[in-house]
Amino acid sequence: MRSDEQPVSAFGTQAAVPNRPGAGLKAEHVADILQSHPDIGFFEVHAENYMGSGGRPHQQLTAIRDIYPLSLHGVGLSIGGENPLNKDHLARLAELNKRYEPGLFSEHLAWSTHETTYYNDLLPVPYDQATLIRVCDHIDEVQDVMGRQMLLENPSTYIAYAQSTFSELDFLIEITRRTGCGLLLDVNNVYVSCTNQEQSPAAYLDEFPMQYVGEIHLGGHAPDMDEAGRPLLIDAHDRAVDDAVWALYKDVIGMHGALPTLIEWDNDVPAWPVLLREADAAQEILRRAENADLKAVS
Amino acid sequence: MAQVFALPRLSAADFGDALINPELGTPEGAVGPDGLPDVKRFNVYRNNVIVSLCEALGETYPTIKALLGDEYFAALARAFVAEHQPSNPVLIWYGEEFPSFLGAFPPLKAYPYLEDVARLEWAWLQSYHAKDCEVFDPAALATIPPTDLGGVRFQRHPAATIVASEWPIWDLVKVNRFKDGEQSQIDLSVAQPVLIVRPEFDVDVRVLEPSHATFGGAVFSGATLGEAAETALEIDSGFTLADCLSNFLSNGALAGLQTKEPA
Ligand SMILES: [Fe+2]
Repeated sequence: MRSDEQPVSAFGTQAAVPNRPGAGLKAEHVADILQSHPDIGFFEVHAENYMGSGGRPHQQLTAIRDIYPLSLHGVGLSIGGENPLNKDHLARLAELNKRYEPGLFSEHLAWSTHETTYYNDLLPVPYDQATLIRVCDHIDEVQDVMGRQMLLENPSTYIAYAQSTFSELDFLIEITRRTGCGLLLDVNNVYVSCTNQEQSPAAYLDEFPMQYVGEIHLGGHAPDMDEAGRPLLIDAHDRAVDDAVWALYKDVIGMHGALPTLIEWDNDVPAWPVLLREADAAQEILRRAENADLKAVS
Repeated sequence: MAQVFALPRLSAADFGDALINPELGTPEGAVGPDGLPDVKRFNVYRNNVIVSLCEALGETYPTIKALLGDEYFAALARAFVAEHQPSNPVLIWYGEEFPSFLGAFPPLKAYPYLEDVARLEWAWLQSYHAKDCEVFDPAALATIPPTDLGGVRFQRHPAATIVASEWPIWDLVKVNRFKDGEQSQIDLSVAQPVLIVRPEFDVDVRVLEPSHATFGGAVFSGATLGEAAETALEIDSGFTLADCLSNFLSNGALAGLQTKEPA
């Protein structure tokens, strides 16, 4: 095969996810999307929603993938878990990766399974030496079995571990250095975690290792308060992206250039046009950054 | 160098136990920005776990939820989740024990049909996600001499299931889940064993004659047509193989002829 030839794909469109906005795919939007072919860069799916053997979900995803690039986002692998990875689950991820040729694959710096219990939440990990070694082993295994690089997403957290000896940033940087994985920068998670940990989101983002970032997430959060009356933000994905998060995103893009940017809206899912408007708002910020780049060059 | 003091090390086991058992309190070592435990912070995780699993059950069992009401269902789901957490991250496989949990739940003794309704909903979901497969083309039967038909074994279509019941489970699901028909029209003395099929992407539910349900159950577990017809005749002397087989074939319940005897 000549090096400039594209490998043969089963799908009608390229695999590579462009530096444009995308949306989380919801079953209730599929008919609308297939009918209107909205101008959007890609769709992202939660891998676990497509782990049944067949039927409507796969039929819909195949139709979507034929028109749009895809990002495969796992939520249940428990990379931060104390036990070995679930081999069957990893095999199912590899199968989806093969079947749908996603341009990006990502998972979380979190745990969700211990022994025989799956907790169905992205639970925090301690940032210590033992966890670092385990997480890196797990990521090596994932990248090995899937035969590709993965992106690791920074978490939203409500507590910290007293036993942590690394900052979250140092922990993430050390993981990328040891495993060669990329990062998924969730700007909403940064805002939520930093607020909850009484740190500056802007300072965190200033130090974020942007050279490893392959994708950005934006989503909505719900405000609450802890026992002591301090702000406690909940990563609910149940509403539009907060203005403060848009402002941080604008700074990140202005500083580092365009990146694939996903709008996450998983609960109280709105009608498709509302979600598309959020993606359009991201597109506007990406376009302005591009124009500024062009001006700087000329 | 001697350690001056030991930091509390919080394990996944202790974190997980505290999630499911609120009476254990907030685990030591999970702290707020002041380094102190904060119950509201830890409760965010507790809430995420319990509520998301209850919601997953509600999505799998919408008829049960509609029949019991949101509030009762939420309490019932919590009781179930406290006893049965998933072991697999794929939640379409979570809640298989919910029907028998309902059947054994003392406060619901007066509603004995709930268990079978839940079995139908579980079977519906598994059919929805089952492997894609062509249904058997009846034309292929023409090659078999009629005298050999009794010895034929069929393969069940992967999306086909039978749910046996003494209750009108399909009417209950139709009215409460699909909002088709009136609650007052449901006759609780009617038995509705059902055949669930998915010839392509849409799940269909067909109410069966009791003898057809018996026949289908036997065929699906590997009996020959002759053996299955015999068990059906035991409960209904009017049973005819030709009618029953064409019912299963036209509904897409069968995938192909079994070429080997089951071991
Ligand atoms: Fe995210």
